[in-house]
Amino acid sequence: MADTFDEMHGTAGAVRSPFAAVKRWLAETPHDAFAHKRQEADLMFQRIGITFNVYGQSAGAERLIPFDIIPRVLNAAEWKRLSVGLTQRVKALNLFLKDVYHDQEILKAGVIPAEQILRNDMYRPEMRGVDVAGDVYVHVAGIDLVRVDEDRFYVLEDNLRTPSGVSYMLENRAVMMRLFPRLFSGASVAPVDHYPQELLRCLRSVAPPRATAEPVVAVLTPGPLNSAYFEHTFLAEQMGVELVEGQDLFVQDDLLWMRTTDGPRRVDVIYRRIDDDSLDPLAFKPESLLGVPGLLSVYRNGGVTLANAIGNGVADDKSIYPYVPDLIKFYLGESPLIENVPTYRCADEKDRMYVLEHLGELVIKETQGSGGYGMLIGPRSTREEREKFRGLIQKDPEGYIAQPTLALSTCPSFVDEGIAPRHIDLRPFVLSGRDGIAIVPGGLTRVALTKDSLVVNSSQGGGTKDTWVLRE
Amino acid sequence: MLSRTAENLYWTGRYMERAENMARILDVSHRTALQRPGGAVDADWKSVLDILGHWKSFLAKHEAPTASAVTSFFILDPDNPASIYSSVRGARENARALRAAISAEMWEVLNTTWFGMRDLDAAGLERRGLREFCDWVKERSHLFRGVSHGTMLHDDAFHFLRLGTFLERADNTARLLDTKYHLLQSADAGPAVTFYEWGAVLRAVSAFRAYHQLYKDVISPGRVVELLVIRREMPRSLRFCATEVSAHLDLLSKGRDLEAQRLAGELNARLRFARIDRILEAGLHKFLVEVIDGVAVLGNQLSKDFMMTV
Repeated sequence: MADTFDEMHGTAGAVRSPFAAVKRWLAETPHDAFAHKRQEADLMFQRIGITFNVYGQSAGAERLIPFDIIPRVLNAAEWKRLSVGLTQRVKALNLFLKDVYHDQEILKAGVIPAEQILRNDMYRPEMRGVDVAGDVYVHVAGIDLVRVDEDRFYVLEDNLRTPSGVSYMLENRAVMMRLFPRLFSGASVAPVDHYPQELLRCLRSVAPPRATAEPVVAVLTPGPLNSAYFEHTFLAEQMGVELVEGQDLFVQDDLLWMRTTDGPRRVDVIYRRIDDDSLDPLAFKPESLLGVPGLLSVYRNGGVTLANAIGNGVADDKSIYPYVPDLIKFYLGESPLIENVPTYRCADEKDRMYVLEHLGELVIKETQGSGGYGMLIGPRSTREEREKFRGLIQKDPEGYIAQPTLALSTCPSFVDEGIAPRHIDLRPFVLSGRDGIAIVPGGLTRVALTKDSLVVNSSQGGGTKDTWVLRE
Repeated sequence: MLSRTAENLYWTGRYMERAENMARILDVSHRTALQRPGGAVDADWKSVLDILGHWKSFLAKHEAPTASAVTSFFILDPDNPASIYSSVRGARENARALRAAISAEMWEVLNTTWFGMRDLDAAGLERRGLREFCDWVKERSHLFRGVSHGTMLHDDAFHFLRLGTFLERADNTARLLDTKYHLLQSADAGPAVTFYEWGAVLRAVSAFRAYHQLYKDVISPGRVVELLVIRREMPRSLRFCATEVSAHLDLLSKGRDLEAQRLAGELNARLRFARIDRILEAGLHKFLVEVIDGVAVLGNQLSKDFMMTV
């Protein structure tokens, strides 16, 4: 691994300009005051109820995601570059989804092998020929970025189905402003509070053709046991719309209705936070109780808009990821502004040979995995783990990709031994509506609080930080 | 409003009121028991179990109704649906689904109360003392009520919350009186017994002082019953509860003729035009059972009229 780039100190050690205010603040504040403020932060998160449920533990086990009070800072120029690159990428992914569910020009042109798409489990034949409102598929995208040096950011992963984490972006900021008001008066930080308004604007803009004059938006949640339930309630509250579960909705006269105390009421746009598979027991998993029988048919007939669209999984699957730079060239005629991490596809024989010979250096990921489960980090692995993955790859080459182990950038963080660098990533949230793309300046910075760990997922002990974008 | 939201509000109101009532009953029983000669104590605790119809489920877990067994059963036991633990958890779980419908302050009161309850064990309860714990529960309930009143919109959401509160309270007051009705017929009910037994009922509903303000006389069973059944100015009386239920239902009906409204009106009229001597002649127990049943029927009707699954 090359020298690790630190967000505050670069590789040279001098403080980088975006962090000047933070550095001053760290130097001026006595450390026991920080300890006290950190406790206060935990208390605030607990009182507000910002918890997540851990899968595999007893039902309703609620945990706080560790919050680190040292912010991660990007200057205006860095953000500008990222935001243009993200816009480009999401625009291309949207066009790709429209294409694979309509004319399939990209398959005809041979840019991606057709079977790679059509035989993908995530491809939804039900969506063939369905026109979605405004041609928007990816209303909310969470694009995971990592940084390796002063100039280079990579896209690590696209999340185009039901990405979560935006409530942490907002609450982290709210808590930081409450704990350290003076820090903010010394720095010029772009606000993020308007995200829910932007989301509402985006959702209302894609009301279906048969919508009511004032489109009614609702957030559809699987319920209180879901790990992101807090976020669902939070977004519904902030947008001032209903938070519904499947049982609150029903289909009648080819329209979608919710049960209210004054009788049935039309719903036009559903911001759904449940999987494709669970949306409609008549069309998908019949045993699912989370969805609404008949929803797919209303959707296909333009009676309701689902955000995000059904079938997006075919664009954010890890087996499609290596092709995204080609998609950008194909649809926009542009070179990607933010590059992919170099990726080996185990389905490709040459790539596979290389991967099997270099298991100890690479990161191996399941193409369908998420949340940091089912991956091998070569340099940290035992011989036994590597042999296990060798077997898995040989058995199901299409199920795996591999990437070099990146020297993810670090950011100073509070840990048991004091302030120390820890690896971080960044998930900005990209909103696509009928009139274009909007990105609130910021995102969710996740931090691997264990020394040298590269896994930032909250399910694996990662924490979060407030993410600052400085104004010009 | 979503029907499920209405249901969550209704149950949040009910559970918080239930926790408070349980604290009131335990507090008073504790005080009464302190004044008894040793052997008779268990009878007091048994009557607590009777109020709530939990004698059988109690015996499945405990041998005798000792003070510590009963209090732990009704405070800490997560498997007992009537325990304060379960009620506080229920209120908070229902409110969790309501974050968009209630004020942030209401949620925080319920959430903080839940953490206080979750972190309490038998040793902690012992250290704290039953009286102080019961005061805490009442305080949290008062705080929740005050915060609700002062911070949420007084719209449909508020009405559903209050429906839960008053139906639960009516049920509780009726059950509390029902445990003492047998004393009305008992021959050995001398002035001292009357004072302690009926005084305890008054204290359980914070009405000891109110009684003296209204009647300016020694405690008589008939008047205690009157106060808790038909006095309209007494906030825990059956009539007061029925009046509130009717009022909130009228506001929710928006011109519709709801069956729940009719049932509430009927109960209300019955309490409003009742005469206490007639009730006592005909039998208090019978009357109270009818009220308890009426409240249950009304609760079910709410689910039909507002499409809730209560």
